[in-house]
Amino acid sequence: MQPPAEHVHWLFATGFLLLGLCLLAEAVVGTEVWQRRAWRAYLWPGIAFALGVLMWPVMVFYTNSTLHMFAHGAWAQVLMLAGATELALVRGKLRSKWWRLAMTSGFLVSGTAFLVHEQNAWFFQRSAFLHHLLGWTLVVSAIFPLARSIRPRSQAAAAGFALTFVVVAVLLYCDRDVASVFGHISPLAGAPHR
Amino acid sequence: MNAELVTELEAPAQRTARARIVSALGPTTVLAGIVWALVQPYRVTLLHPRGETFWFLFVEPPLLVIAVGLLFHFVILPGLLEDLEAEHAAAR
Repeated sequence: MQPPAEHVHWLFATGFLLLGLCLLAEAVVGTEVWQRRAWRAYLWPGIAFALGVLMWPVMVFYTNSTLHMFAHGAWAQVLMLAGATELALVRGKLRSKWWRLAMTSGFLVSGTAFLVHEQNAWFFQRSAFLHHLLGWTLVVSAIFPLARSIRPRSQAAAAGFALTFVVVAVLLYCDRDVASVFGHISPLAGAPHR
Repeated sequence: MNAELVTELEAPAQRTARARIVSALGPTTVLAGIVWALVQPYRVTLLHPRGETFWFLFVEPPLLVIAVGLLFHFVILPGLLEDLEAEHAAAR
């Protein structure tokens, strides 16, 4: 009954896409309008927290290697921390804008985990390529949550932050267990499939 | 032309643009899912099931993308547009 790894990536992509759309909408209409209804204010931090919780079963069931287990565990923790911090900021339990740095650390830890746990080279096969690309995307995009911490009202930072989740969703949807990338696939990767 | 009048004319246009952009998010996502399903129909296993296991029938990426677009458009957007309009009304 355990889903193939690519299906897990697609399910998480769906969560990230919803998260990205919510953040894009917030960036367009402004935080004041977005937070006019309590359920909407809690929506995207709640999704982020839920994605963190859902990373725990991934950590438990996908134990390809110790490194995978550590990477998935680290993601679970930083996603939950970032989601919980944003929830507390919305609720008013936390007030300092610097708490938003939790999301920055979430991006950096997630990006580093992607890069560290991918042991193959970029063009080994598609999932290797995507793990490298996802890792660097998250590391570089950490500039957006950092900018949100420094300038919470910056629309550019909010839009960049939102688009990062959409890009991550697209990259996760591109994932396949064994497939070529730009015509490259290592003979060690196994038989490719669609 | 009186600058005050220009400001009054520009503000509603800008607000309408915000409403239009946010209204386009759901349909754009749905369209992306439909295009993906057309380009890679084999990703929609339900169209042509051939003894696939549960997960291949349950997790169909183009349908998931369409579902997210529909969810956003029909659940999140209506209230958001109401609040956007209320904010505009309060600002007038």
